[in-house]
Amino acid sequence: MKPGHGDTDQPTIQIRSLKKIFRVGDERVHALDGVDLDIYPNEFVAIMGASGSGKSTLMNILGCLDQPTRGEYVLNGHPTHKMGMGRLAQVRNQEIGFIFQSFELLSRATAFKNVMLPMLYSKRGVLGSRRRAKKVLGMVGLSDRMTHRPNQLSGGQRQRVAIARALVNEPSILLADEPTGNLDSKTTVEIIDLFKQLHSEGQTIIVVTHEEDVAGHAERIVRLRDGRVISDYSASEDPIHLDWVERMAAGRGNLAEVTAAEIELNSEADSALLEERGAEPKGRSIFARKGR
Amino acid sequence: MLRMLLSPIGMVRRLIWQSVFLAIGQVWANKFRAVLTALGIIIGVGSVTIVAAGLDGMQGFVLNEFDKFGARKMWVWGDIPEDKEEVMSYSDVKMSVYEARLILQYAPSIESLSPLTYGGWDVGYGKTMAKGARITGIWDTWHDIEDRQVVLGRPFSKADNEEKHQVCLINEQAIEDLKLSIDPTGDYLLVGGRRFLIVGVIETKEASGMFGGGQSRVEVYMPFNTLKMMNPYSGTHFVLETISADASEAAQDEIRFILRNHRNLDPEEADTFDMFVLQSEIENFNKVARVIGMIVGAIVFVSLIVGGVGIMNIMLVSVSERTREIGLRKAVGAKPFVVLLQFLVEAVVLCLFGGAIGLLIGFGIVAGVGLIPNLPINEFEIPQWALWLSVGFSALVGIVFGMFPAIKASMLNPIDALRHE
Repeated sequence: MKPGHGDTDQPTIQIRSLKKIFRVGDERVHALDGVDLDIYPNEFVAIMGASGSGKSTLMNILGCLDQPTRGEYVLNGHPTHKMGMGRLAQVRNQEIGFIFQSFELLSRATAFKNVMLPMLYSKRGVLGSRRRAKKVLGMVGLSDRMTHRPNQLSGGQRQRVAIARALVNEPSILLADEPTGNLDSKTTVEIIDLFKQLHSEGQTIIVVTHEEDVAGHAERIVRLRDGRVISDYSASEDPIHLDWVERMAAGRGNLAEVTAAEIELNSEADSALLEERGAEPKGRSIFARKGR
Repeated sequence: MLRMLLSPIGMVRRLIWQSVFLAIGQVWANKFRAVLTALGIIIGVGSVTIVAAGLDGMQGFVLNEFDKFGARKMWVWGDIPEDKEEVMSYSDVKMSVYEARLILQYAPSIESLSPLTYGGWDVGYGKTMAKGARITGIWDTWHDIEDRQVVLGRPFSKADNEEKHQVCLINEQAIEDLKLSIDPTGDYLLVGGRRFLIVGVIETKEASGMFGGGQSRVEVYMPFNTLKMMNPYSGTHFVLETISADASEAAQDEIRFILRNHRNLDPEEADTFDMFVLQSEIENFNKVARVIGMIVGAIVFVSLIVGGVGIMNIMLVSVSERTREIGLRKAVGAKPFVVLLQFLVEAVVLCLFGGAIGLLIGFGIVAGVGLIPNLPINEFEIPQWALWLSVGFSALVGIVFGMFPAIKASMLNPIDALRHE
């Protein structure tokens, strides 16, 4: 089982053989090719992978912004793959807080108005909504910036407004798609610290990133390649991450470098894939657990 | 309070208000574009108000003219049928007092009747003479039918007629023209060489130009029998009042029946009398006014449709301009219905905005035209129905032409909308 969780815990997210197929002309692109994943309450998960590995597609499906072509996605016991547009909107409103790489704030509205937005579509009353928006803006440290518009705020402040907006309806999961992709290293640290603080307060967080240093702050790192999960370790055991930490410590830091650990993992995944296509029955990939 | 806001109805109401504020903000942010977009609606609504005001004013004017006459009034006179012109004279078809009594007795739709007869004598007082005075012989019932105030003295009584008193009523114009004293009651007027006691003065009422009146002139009224005694050969006709404006059809049938019966006319013979009923003229006029109104309405309808297409176009632009915003709203939980509502409300607000400007322009023009004197139009102002019609129509155009863009926005997939550039 996952680190820090007993067998009785009901997973927040359960994904089974999830597939997403895009049609590009006559070609069919398997963005997700049978993903199985369980995420438990109060986990802090980083989803990593090269571009085109399907991590953003997975994130969009987790956030109910997109629907899988095939497979099951059960969120808090509700099968989202069976829901219609209206019900999905309600799930996005109540269960999910989504943070975008490009913030996606309404440029005409103040920080306060932006945070109020999700509550416009919830059942919360007007006065309660205002109180809640103020409280959440305080939580992300923007009490003094409530009347500022996004163009009057720095990148880090904008992302904090977006985080406040994601948190305002007390979602069961917080999803962040490259939340620090548009930020400099100093503000990246601020945002990561904010995530860690939220995590320590009990928030379940899933972050998509391609930066090892961001992933290092998570508890668990899930790596995707070609629409499949190729590794799923706790951050302290992930060989690629450990290798990266070692190299950084030794001053050989090069993010683009393909390390021996990565090559090993990739070849393992490839052979397992061949094996599976041969005789292996479908189900949870065994190689993901290797090294445990 | 909290419970009310939590209830679904409260939420829908909140949503609508939110959408309205949002839409007003949107229109305000693009003022110039909004005006250009709504131009079709502005022109449509402006023209409908102006035309409605004109039509309504003209109708009011004409009906007012009719009203001066009295909508319940009708006239009956003897008339020689065309095929009998060589065998009959006017004395053969003249109305008689006996017929008047028959009508009063047997026509339930008739409230009141007075025979009328005219004399052509000169009227004099002292050395002053009035030429071309209208001298009319009437019953006392005339006062019930004609809406003419007795400003001095008394009206006629039944006895005046029955005992053929040599009394007369004059109009105010006569005081002026004949240089009578301010209160001439008790003075004597010379009519056809006889002295008539002035018993009362009635107001001068200008017959409208529409019915061949125009200038007011000296009028002298005397009891019917008195005038008949002076000139038994004068013509006679009736003025009548029906019990209600709607009874005019029935009244005509009753009178025709009574008179034909009394005059022993065979079924194949034509009427030897004729009638004029104001009510049927009013109905004819209203019919014409309705047709004009329908033609104008059709033109305005077309202009509003053209305006609506403009609205639809700009709403489609607005939807694709704000695709990312729609995507975000959906991502944070806006249901398709809510997005639909937002864009629909925006289209309606845009149309109502155009409608309001159109109304303002209409009001301005109407107020300006209203300053022109002597218009054949009564109270040139925008009638309330036109106001509601144009407001309702603008809203309807907004809903109809905003529906397609709104549906388009509501059906967007959130992630596709968010990725839209």
